[in-house]
Amino acid sequence: MNIDGTNTVTCLKPIVTDTSKPTIITPLPHMFVIKDLVVDLTHLTFLSTIQYLTIYAYKLISLLRILMIFVTTYRSIEPWLKTKKPPKDGREYRQSPTDRKKLDGLYECIVCACCSTSCLSYWWNPEEFLRPVALLHAYRWISDSRDKFTDERLQAMTDDHKKLYRCRTIKNCTAACPKSLDPAKAIQKMKTKHLLSQRTNGDR
Amino acid sequence: MWRCVSRGLGLSKRSISNDSVRSHIPRLFSTGSTGGYTIVDHTYDAVVVGAGGAGLRAAIGLSEHGFNTACITKLFPTRSHTVAAQGGINAALGNMTEDDWRWHMYDTVKGSDWLGDQDAIQYMCREAPKAVIELENYGLPFSRTEDGKIYQRAFGGQSLDFGKGGQAYRCACAADRTGHALLHTLYGQAMKHNTQFFVEYFALDLIMNSDGSCQGVIALNMEDGTLHRFQAASTILATGGYGRAYFSATSAHTCTGDGNAMVARAGLPLEDLEFVQFHPTGIYGAGCLITEGSRGEGGILRNSEGERFMERYAPTAKDLASRDVVSRSMTMEIREGRGVGPMKDHIYLHLNHLPPDVLKERLPGISETAAIFAGVDVTKEPIPVLPTVHYNMGGIPTNYHGEVVTIKGDNPDNVIPGLMAAGEAACASVHGANRLGANSLLDIVVFGRACANRVAEIQRPGKFNISFCCAGEKQKPLEKDAGQKTIAWLDKLRNSNGSLPTSKIRLNMQRVMQNNAAVFRTQETLEEGCNLIDNTWKSFHDVKLVDRSLIWNSDLIETIELENLLINACITMHSAEARKESRGAHAREDFSTRDDQNWMKHTMGYWEDEKVRLDYRPVHMNTLDDEMETIPPKARVY
Repeated sequence: MNIDGTNTVTCLKPIVTDTSKPTIITPLPHMFVIKDLVVDLTHLTFLSTIQYLTIYAYKLISLLRILMIFVTTYRSIEPWLKTKKPPKDGREYRQSPTDRKKLDGLYECIVCACCSTSCLSYWWNPEEFLRPVALLHAYRWISDSRDKFTDERLQAMTDDHKKLYRCRTIKNCTAACPKSLDPAKAIQKMKTKHLLSQRTNGDR
Repeated sequence: MWRCVSRGLGLSKRSISNDSVRSHIPRLFSTGSTGGYTIVDHTYDAVVVGAGGAGLRAAIGLSEHGFNTACITKLFPTRSHTVAAQGGINAALGNMTEDDWRWHMYDTVKGSDWLGDQDAIQYMCREAPKAVIELENYGLPFSRTEDGKIYQRAFGGQSLDFGKGGQAYRCACAADRTGHALLHTLYGQAMKHNTQFFVEYFALDLIMNSDGSCQGVIALNMEDGTLHRFQAASTILATGGYGRAYFSATSAHTCTGDGNAMVARAGLPLEDLEFVQFHPTGIYGAGCLITEGSRGEGGILRNSEGERFMERYAPTAKDLASRDVVSRSMTMEIREGRGVGPMKDHIYLHLNHLPPDVLKERLPGISETAAIFAGVDVTKEPIPVLPTVHYNMGGIPTNYHGEVVTIKGDNPDNVIPGLMAAGEAACASVHGANRLGANSLLDIVVFGRACANRVAEIQRPGKFNISFCCAGEKQKPLEKDAGQKTIAWLDKLRNSNGSLPTSKIRLNMQRVMQNNAAVFRTQETLEEGCNLIDNTWKSFHDVKLVDRSLIWNSDLIETIELENLLINACITMHSAEARKESRGAHAREDFSTRDDQNWMKHTMGYWEDEKVRLDYRPVHMNTLDDEMETIPPKARVY
């Protein structure tokens, strides 16, 4: 929830003992409120496409809207390891400690929604922009040395200028993250990676 | 908060009766209304209750086998308590030293104080390497060795060569966030397989047929108050433990033993509930967990005299003795006046002699936790710790396939058709009287998968097994009054207007459990505990709810959870009172030795007419096959 103007998880936020001033608590900003502090996080979550279809089929909302939401679900970033062949000895995929270290700061996300609900780009384009949380997760898989679909993942992220490039590096996400992660940096690195790959591909 | 398919069902009732919609969504359901409650019926091949590690693994397995699967969960899946597991997952991968699953099995049997079923333990330890490799292949970010293999750390109670080869390095980990990494990895896999999730649905009761089989569950959608009957040929309970029956627990506030209570209310027994594990290192006051991996990486417990007292209690394993042993030793130290702090009531865990980069790389999470909840910089100061309730070894009795069993006539292993259980909620029993660290994550993935495989053996996917199509056409129809009792019960609870608020009764219960079923127990404390907990149960009839609404009524949900906790607590206390021996986590001061003659048997606690009835079933000493011989009981020394 939002405490004194900052999105955070309540278990990590000490209660201010000075009782002369009130502490203001509100639901996460820019969300529909269901009751009290409970907000509707459907847009933010990782519900599968089928579920969105079902929800909206009931509501009989236009197909267009369903498609728009389709591309913005977490599922669209394919949060699982994609490889081209299984490991030779039927054991683990090998990964050096250095490569493993690249995942630190990316895999610890607890999906608390603090970043996304403080993101102006998300407020403005909730159905197009992928949101900091999903982008952080996307970059986690792009950074994984075991994953062999890095280019395809980048391509999917950038085939229009909305999913990734709606980010204007405002960095509210990083300021809000109660786990001290840096989604803004992940997004920036992803943009860099994409631009570099374009240059090598000679697209522009 | 995280809504699912049925959002707006109340609104769209008219549209559902519209044939054109129905033809688009043929799986769907009929709606009806009873006493003001909207009831929605669903049919699936299998329904999984709970979306922690065990639930997700079962749901993924079922989806892989082509079953139309629903996963019902009261929390968004990544909020499940699996996320809090720190240390790791045991498997004899042999990445650090030579290893063998038989050695792992020996340690587990010894850790269980010979109360574990050896067939189930063999199954788990043999499957362990496969299960961990599978998780890695799913993408779990394990820590690594220099040559790129999965890093494995030392953990409590683990040895090489049947206890003769010294400390084993068997615990595969992702820094100290293994549970988090595991849960997120499994959730990603579930996305891949398109498992149908019903998020923030609170399962209320099993739907039992009069022939004794299970036909599904009835659940409450917390967001709009609709009731949902999920009919399924197989129901898998993966609802976790009930740590919150105690005042100080490392468990989340959501660990309320809902599945256990559903089973108990259905007239089925719960096994070995008296065995409650106290984790040696919960943060003093806050109760947050400091992983055993901190001692695996070299952390040391010291008393007020600065002495490393574990050397006295467990000369070989020292700080890495089994959890029950360390917890008892700490309690002894405090009792004898060697506790630390102004009240001399806790112990220090020292990590400050470890290199800061080891702390940063291998224990970043607990460094953060200690800073927030104890105000301690682990590189400089010790962490104040105290044995804290951590895990329930007991639960819903199952065989090693995950099928729920009960005593029927002279058959102590009678399978309940259609009902399975996995994870902390279940009791296979692989942990017996005491669980070893890092065997719980193993338990959830191995038995989650075992449930899915067993369903694939005994059942076929429904005829037209594509999403949105009818599943399981051959399922027996529900009985006419299925779920009616539950609705009446829910309605009564929601409108209860006594004099005691839920929070007060809960606090009473937690105090009773904390005081009377603690690390050390005596006949006196347990008898008193039985009286007190029975009285607390009686006082529950006088509960008062303030909120009568059906939209996100946390008052109602907490009250249902309290009832679930109370059922677990009552059976725990009575089972403990009856067991007149010391075994594993159940330490009696008046019966201080293990009594294999009379007590090498599982307690079965029934909840009948709001009272506890106890029965017993034998321990499985047999192994699955001749790959491993039975490990005969002997004294348990570390």
